Formats: sequence, structure tokens, C-alpha cells
Amino acid sequence: MSALLSARGLKIAFGGLKAADGVDLDVDDGEFLAIIGPNGAGKTTFINMATGYLRPQAGKISYAGRNILGMTPRQIVRLGIGRSFQLPQLFTEHTVLENAALAVAARDGIWSPFSPLLRPRFKQEAEELLDRFGLLSQAGQRANALNEGARKLTDIAMAVALRPRLLLMDEPTSGVASSDKMAVVEVLARVLRQSGVTAVFVEHDMEVVARFADRVAVWGQGRITALGPPDQVLNDPDVRREVIGLAPGEASHAAA
Amino acid sequence: MSRAREVVLVLGAAGLVLAIAWFVPWLRFVLTIALAKGLAVLGILLLLRAGQVSFGHALYLAFAAYAAAFGAALVPETLILLPLAALGAALLGLVVGLFVVRYREIFFGMLNLALSMVFYSVLEKFYAITHGTDGIRLPPTTFAGQVLGAEAQGWAMLSLALVLSAFFAWLMRIYLASPLGQALAGIKTREARLEFMGMSARRVLLSAYVLSALMAGTGGAVLGMTTRHVTPALAYWTTSGELVFIAILGGAGSVAGPFLGAIAYELTRVYAAALVADAWQMILGFVLLLVILFAPGGLWAIGRALMGGRRQA
Repeated sequence: MSALLSARGLKIAFGGLKAADGVDLDVDDGEFLAIIGPNGAGKTTFINMATGYLRPQAGKISYAGRNILGMTPRQIVRLGIGRSFQLPQLFTEHTVLENAALAVAARDGIWSPFSPLLRPRFKQEAEELLDRFGLLSQAGQRANALNEGARKLTDIAMAVALRPRLLLMDEPTSGVASSDKMAVVEVLARVLRQSGVTAVFVEHDMEVVARFADRVAVWGQGRITALGPPDQVLNDPDVRREVIGLAPGEASHAAA
Repeated sequence: MSRAREVVLVLGAAGLVLAIAWFVPWLRFVLTIALAKGLAVLGILLLLRAGQVSFGHALYLAFAAYAAAFGAALVPETLILLPLAALGAALLGLVVGLFVVRYREIFFGMLNLALSMVFYSVLEKFYAITHGTDGIRLPPTTFAGQVLGAEAQGWAMLSLALVLSAFFAWLMRIYLASPLGQALAGIKTREARLEFMGMSARRVLLSAYVLSALMAGTGGAVLGMTTRHVTPALAYWTTSGELVFIAILGGAGSVAGPFLGAIAYELTRVYAAALVADAWQMILGFVLLLVILFAPGGLWAIGRALMGGRRQA
């Protein structure tokens, strides 16, 4: 498999904190890559660099063989890199359906001011999208009335509406009630596999990682300290010490 | 509310305005002014959808009124002069908009205010061209090629104001329901998301800003051609404040709000000024206070509740 996203020698520091200190990372076409590591290690910073929100102080990032360094977030989105957020970024006064339809419209048709947002074509596509995410029954609710799991899924659905080839997700299950967590992940995995989307996700729940990821990258102190299939990486004594030492809550999951 | 019922309501409201003007002739002028201001307030309302308040939209009102005043000497035809003046204001809105849509909230409001005050100073100081605070008197203009008497001209301007009000209210409803209008409302709640979806929030706001300048300009042109006398006071910050006042009074929930608000405002003003000459501003202040405290949806929401009506854009 060829690398869809390729980072070489990425460096960025905030004051004295080195969030990335010479990171090389390839994301293969079609894979689900999990990034784990302690808080503040630079995982979200990586997503921010890959989507144009932060510019690395050194290094290169290319997507589908094309250098994307220095491009604006909007240009990068248009190339096919979507992202979702740790805190869902929804239009809180719009309904779930309108949120989804706006994302569909953002892909094509925003500048046609003479027909409504919920024109049959957009409405139908938005409904199909929500149906795939199991959100159709909540389509008429305002976005700020949803529970966290549904908000996360709506956030991701809006990113998927843009038909990205690569989706970067920042903690897709954080804040989701633990009883809903696996259901959310199942829905996500199914939709993304169906759409053929390559996914990178930052995650703290090792159970989710073990179930969802094809490969796991461990991000520690600005470097990738381990990379490989989940059963191998999650059972690595160094990784377990790192994870157990810095995030005790996840120790039992890591052992699973 | 069904389409048919809406059309009946709009025609009924227009008929009511015409009837009032017929039975109380001196109110014809007041109502025309009210509708002209309502058009400008519609522009304020549009920007309110994005959560932005312009404290300087008198700029476009005054620009178009002065454009009509200068233009009347060259092209003395109402139906040509009015669209030209309004388009001039829209063009100015495009130029100013490119700059102000980079800012939000208090900075957006104050920048608009500052620019309108610059224009006010220009109108006031360049006496040789603008006649300063004396203002400019508009020569009579024809209406569709006809030379009308004062009476007929008054009716023509009121009818024109009614048609323009209905047209822009309709246009704005279509715009607000469109993806662009919905994205505009998104600026208020989650502007960053628009960028994440590959959309430029600034361009979305700019489109609304130009449309709002066009509407304020249309109102300004009607105002200028109705009063037949333009002064720098049109661009003064109190005029901009008045537009925001009317927007809140009428209610931001419907495109009917600005016109309801403007008519109520102008009628309150003329009657309060006649009854308590020194205290009419205080009365307006209390009215606004009551609206904010007890009816944040404005007169439109009160009217809707009275009619037992349903939600409407």
C-alpha cells in the first residue's frame, strides 16, 4: 500500500514544549490508524498541522503525493482531508438535518441563493447520511439538544458529507457515555469502511483502539515511540508502562 | 402559514397603509418615510442573522440619498435614479465590506460607525459641493416619464415604497432559506465550522453585507426623493442608532418586523412629538425598554401571539 498522507521530520514547539520533534509518519491508503499517547504529547497538534491550522517549524507534509505545507485549511479540505473535533463543532441553533444539509451544500451549491437549503437533493442526501450514522430519528432536533454521542456522530457525519478521502478525528469517543461508546465506534467503523475513507484518530480508550485500529502509533514527547498492529503495540511493555504510568485509567483496557 | 395566507396578509397590510394615507393625508408622507427606513432596517436584520450589529448603516442610507440628490440634476427620472442610487450604495457596500467583514461584534459595529461618521464629516465640511449642513434640495423628478403634481408624486412614492418593501422582504426570505442564508446564521453559532467545511465565512458575510447595503441604499433613495431635501444628518450616528432601535422594536424574527417597527416608530414619533414635544425621546426610550424586557421578539412576536399564528421565517 502507498502512503496517502506522509509526514517527514515534523518539528514544532510551543515555548519549551516540543509537541513534534522530528516526526516521520505515513498513513496508508485505506487504513485506520490510531494515535495514542499522554495528554499534551502533540497528538492534536499533528492533526492541526496536517489540516493547515498550524505550520510546522520544520519538516514536510504531503498528501496523495502533493505538498500541502503552507496551504490554508480551506484549500486542504477541498483536497479531500476532513477532520472532526474533540468538542463537536455544530451549528447549535440549526437542526441536525440542517447541519448535515449545510455540509452537503458546502460541498456543492452554497452559491445558489435562489433555492432553499432543504431542496429535495440536499435534503435527501442529508437524510441518507444521517440514516447511515443512525441519527435519522433525531434529524428534527436542534443540535444543542443532542447527547454527547449523537453530537460526536453529527460532527463526524458533517465531515463525511464532504466526501473526504482522509478523515482525521480528534478523540471521537471522548465525552461519550461509556455505555454508548462501543455503539458509536461500531457505527463509525461501518460507515467509514463503506465509504472507503482512510481514517486517523486520536484516542485514549484502549478498548476502542484495539477494536477499531489497523495500526497504532504511540506519540510520546514529540516523537513516535512505537508503531505497529494493535495487539503488538498495546502489549509492548514500554508502551504499557508509558500508558499505565501517565494514564492510569486506561491500564485495564490496555491489558485487554 | 400557507403561501396564500401570506399573500393575503401582505396585500392586506399594503391596503391598510394606503387606506390610512387616504383618510389621514398628512400621514402619507410619514408612512413613506417609515417604509424607506424599514428597507434600511431590513439590511440591519440581515446582518443580525449573522450575530453582527452595524452601527453605521446610515452610511448607505445617506450615500444613496445624496446620490439621488446629485443625480436628479442629470437624470430627472425617479425610476432610473432610484435603482442607480441603490446600486451605488451596494457598490460602496462591496468596497467597505471587503474590509469590515474581517471583523466581528463590537469591532464590526464600531468600524461601520466610524466609516459612517467619516462620510458625515465629508458631507458637512465640503461645503462647495454638498452645501454642508444646509443640505441639498432635490429638483422635481418625473415618474415613468410623467410630470406629476405634488399630490400624485406623494402617492407614487408611497406605492413605490410599498412595492420595494414587499420585493425586498420576499427576496430576503428566499436568501435566508438558501444555503448561503443558513450559512450566514451559522456565523453566529459556529463560524469556524464553515471554514472546516471549505467555505469562506468572510465571503458569506460579504454577500449579506452587500445585500444589506443595497437595501439601505434603496431606503435612502426613497427617503431622499420623498423628503426632497438631504442633509448630513442622514449619515449621523443617531440615524444608524435609530435603524438598530427599529430593528429591535420590530423584532428580528421576521422580515415583516422592520416595517412594523418602522411604522410604529414613526407614528409614535409624530404623535408623541405633538403631544409632549420635549419628552418624545423619553417615550421612545420607555417603549424600547418595555420591548426588551417583556417582548424580546419585538412587535412582530406580539402581533403573532395576538393572531395565534405559527412560526414563520
